[in-house]
Amino acid sequence: MEFGVIVFPGTWSDGDCYTAVTDNLGEQARYIWHKDTDVSGVDCLIVPGGFSYGDYLRAGAIARFSPIMKSVEEFASGGGLVIGICNGFQILCEAGLLPGVLMRNDHLQFRCQWVNLRVETTDTHFTNASQKGDVLSVPISHGEGNFYADEATLKTLQDNGQIAFSYCDDAGNVTPEANPNGSLRNIAGITNAEGNVLGMMPHPERCCDPLMGGTDGLTIFRSIVQSISKSPIAGASSA
Amino acid sequence: MPISQEVLDQLAISQGEYEAIVERLGREPNHLEVGLFGSMWSEHCGYKHSKPLLRSFNTTSERMLVAPGSENAGVVDIGQGLAVVMKVESHNHPSAIEPYEGAATGVGGIVRDIFAMGARPIALLNSLRFGPLTEGRNRYLFQGVVSGISGYGNCIGVPDVGGEVQFAPCYSGNPLVNAMCVGILRHEDLRRATAGSPGNLIMLVGADTGRDGIHGASGLASRTFEEERELRPTVQVGNPFLEKVLIEACLEAAESDAVIGIQDLGAAGLTSSSVECASNAGVGIRIDIDAVPRRESGMTPYEVMLSESQERMLVVVKPGREAEVKAIFDRWDLRSDVIGEVMEDGLASISESGRVEAAVPVELLTDPPLYEPPAMKPSWLDDLQSFDLESLPLPDATPSDVLKTLLASSNIASRQWIYRQYDHQVQTNTVVAPGGDAALLRVKDTTKGLAVSTDGNGRFCYLDPYVGGMIAVAEACRNVSCTGATPIALTDCLNFGNPEKPEIYFQLREAVAGMAEASRRFDAPVVSGNVSLYNEAQGEGIYPTPVVGALGLTEDVSSHTTAGFKGEGDIIVLLGRSSLDADASELAGSEYLSLFHGTVAGRPTIDLDLEVAVQRACRSLISSGIAKSAHDCSDGGLAVALAESAIIGELGADISSRVEDRWDISLFNEGQSRILVSVSPDNLDALRTVCESESVPYVEIGVVGGAELKVGEVVAESVADLTDAYMNGLPRSLETPSHS
Repeated sequence: MEFGVIVFPGTWSDGDCYTAVTDNLGEQARYIWHKDTDVSGVDCLIVPGGFSYGDYLRAGAIARFSPIMKSVEEFASGGGLVIGICNGFQILCEAGLLPGVLMRNDHLQFRCQWVNLRVETTDTHFTNASQKGDVLSVPISHGEGNFYADEATLKTLQDNGQIAFSYCDDAGNVTPEANPNGSLRNIAGITNAEGNVLGMMPHPERCCDPLMGGTDGLTIFRSIVQSISKSPIAGASSA
Repeated sequence: MPISQEVLDQLAISQGEYEAIVERLGREPNHLEVGLFGSMWSEHCGYKHSKPLLRSFNTTSERMLVAPGSENAGVVDIGQGLAVVMKVESHNHPSAIEPYEGAATGVGGIVRDIFAMGARPIALLNSLRFGPLTEGRNRYLFQGVVSGISGYGNCIGVPDVGGEVQFAPCYSGNPLVNAMCVGILRHEDLRRATAGSPGNLIMLVGADTGRDGIHGASGLASRTFEEERELRPTVQVGNPFLEKVLIEACLEAAESDAVIGIQDLGAAGLTSSSVECASNAGVGIRIDIDAVPRRESGMTPYEVMLSESQERMLVVVKPGREAEVKAIFDRWDLRSDVIGEVMEDGLASISESGRVEAAVPVELLTDPPLYEPPAMKPSWLDDLQSFDLESLPLPDATPSDVLKTLLASSNIASRQWIYRQYDHQVQTNTVVAPGGDAALLRVKDTTKGLAVSTDGNGRFCYLDPYVGGMIAVAEACRNVSCTGATPIALTDCLNFGNPEKPEIYFQLREAVAGMAEASRRFDAPVVSGNVSLYNEAQGEGIYPTPVVGALGLTEDVSSHTTAGFKGEGDIIVLLGRSSLDADASELAGSEYLSLFHGTVAGRPTIDLDLEVAVQRACRSLISSGIAKSAHDCSDGGLAVALAESAIIGELGADISSRVEDRWDISLFNEGQSRILVSVSPDNLDALRTVCESESVPYVEIGVVGGAELKVGEVVAESVADLTDAYMNGLPRSLETPSHS
């Protein structure tokens, strides 16, 4: 299968995502420049991390107006798989493809560290290779990862099984101490209602090689491959 | 004289220097011309007090593809068609005035030095010095600097993998902020800072030019500033997003054969970058001020030429090829304009509206007067060095309490509070993250690894600048060796006081001599460097603080070690000594001495033969898979090193070696050339063989295991308690209520 890695000015996880899905996962990938609009042949779009447009104004607020975002919306509405990582999550929220917002970390500092993620559902294209309750060790690297949504939205996310990952301790307990940024309900990653768009603050591409300290990130990418191989997404390759 | 004293003062040009300008030029310079001289002859650009000393540095080795000198940095071959460039640079005075932007633009500047050579920046490090955190202003400066590095570095996608920070009263008025960047390139992508041949076009890329940073090089960086607190307009404001885009666009442009040379605009902006490119090619350069895009109207040629607006690059392009180069920058939405041309006449000519505003020979600008001022050993040095350390009483504290106090002290406590604010993983090369001795990065598509570290101990240099200089090199190399990598190159930043004072010049001269000697012994050439003088406030100089960045290479990145203990039952061995006994003199300049006896005294020593042998043995133990952990024994001494290995490895240890009555000397001395390793019992014989063949003394001191660190009869502490002291020491120091 082929991943499309979108590159905005200021994106810096593009290369890391590319390496992870090619060298570590063994799949195909190509970069897609933000001024382009052609996503044909791509099975899954990755909106990588970084500081698109410097995150000036608000993280993701400018990138959402890039020409490629129209294609991302069409791709997603056709059922194509989209994964937004870190800044990519922020961009997808700004674009309205995911609910909620990512505010400044509650302690007002940037954080780069390993965190534990509890897999809250395996019923998504991004988690089907893991077991519910699995604890994944994945790094974060952000200053604005504090997920916020109103109560009604949170309830919907919970009821629909749209919360994919929660920050937890080593044993899988979701505790305030395990929350690195103040996110409501320790939310680390969510999907849209249809389940084909995932946004997550942690960086799975940083833990796909034992030399980098862990390989739990591969679980997420393998889930995507598994989903695609089972039932190629309608909106994707035909676009 | 048409040039007023006020103008000369602004530029920090002395009367004698002005007379030299007139004599060499054969006429009086105009205001713009004297501005060009002031910038190029500044300490920051011209190295007039340090160049003669720097010539003693060893700058060659079999790995040097391009020697340092006219380039930003020498180029070090690492095999398989790859090479590394690196450099460390100071941004001390801007950071003292505006810590966030001062530090941020320090990072931006050093990164531009690296990608200007066609290298992709792969790592950042920082060496920082502040006054004690008990003072509110020092906390403000420290937190501002860390935020600035975090804010800028994180945005540009270059991992910040290491560095060091120390606190001492002498840095209160004059903090040190040294930023280092390492870059990697394919040999064929190397780009030089050269103008090439006449007819080539000069293109200015990136930010517009504003009135910020004028006199940064000449005024701010080249003199003390006690009387000049309100200097904020001389500090630039960084735009890290623009920098990130510039990195990508310039590296793309560097691949085009239409590009002859690239140079960053750093100190003295357009002046130094264009003059250096011309000088390197032995040609002249003509700049058309009207073509320089400006942020505001009404800027004079003087202001345009001396502006230090950030995120600008000079690109030298073959004539007729400018459109294709411009297309690369257009794609990244970057402004690029042809602002001048390379000339045959050897002149730096500046014109506006068709009128020549300045025309001076390039070779005069790049040939500042060099000074070797008188040096005098400070009168207080003998007394300090001969201080009788044996006469010190044991402290009124238990060994355990001393250990916990040291672990929690701001000079030793974990730096996690800092490095977790820095993205140290982006680019997915970071094999060993910050928190140990050196960071280790993989080199993708090879089996190689690069270890990087910075080090510098101002106290040691204060007590003996020559030995302190040697120790700075030795420690930086030792950190690198502790990962298993062999030191292959060094970079340095010389932070000193006012060199016009004989005592300061003595410190500078001696420290450089010590560094040069150690560099030769490690066969690690000095590939780049920076000199920051006039680090004084209220007439008091800082400790002489040379900061050394070391680069190590390992051919097999998978066989490396980290500092933490690895397994129950492993044997702990101290390399470099045959017992725990030590002489009181080895307490010289130690953290223990400072914290518990309130004194900085004694005379540090180092035996470079032993140092080189210990490091070689350590690397051999790592590459052969014998050593399971390796940790440098430095700040705080052996007990602190043991505690750190226990804390990082989350494993206790039982040290059975006998500790002498003077436990403070045995446990907390900071004698050099010691590395703590752990090995499985099966490998003890193999370790003995390695140590004997390298003629390295060693002593088995104990066993890894349990949840306590026990040292002889004197220390027994749970690893949990030690961890609490160590991990929370720095954040707790920041919570201390303000005394000022």
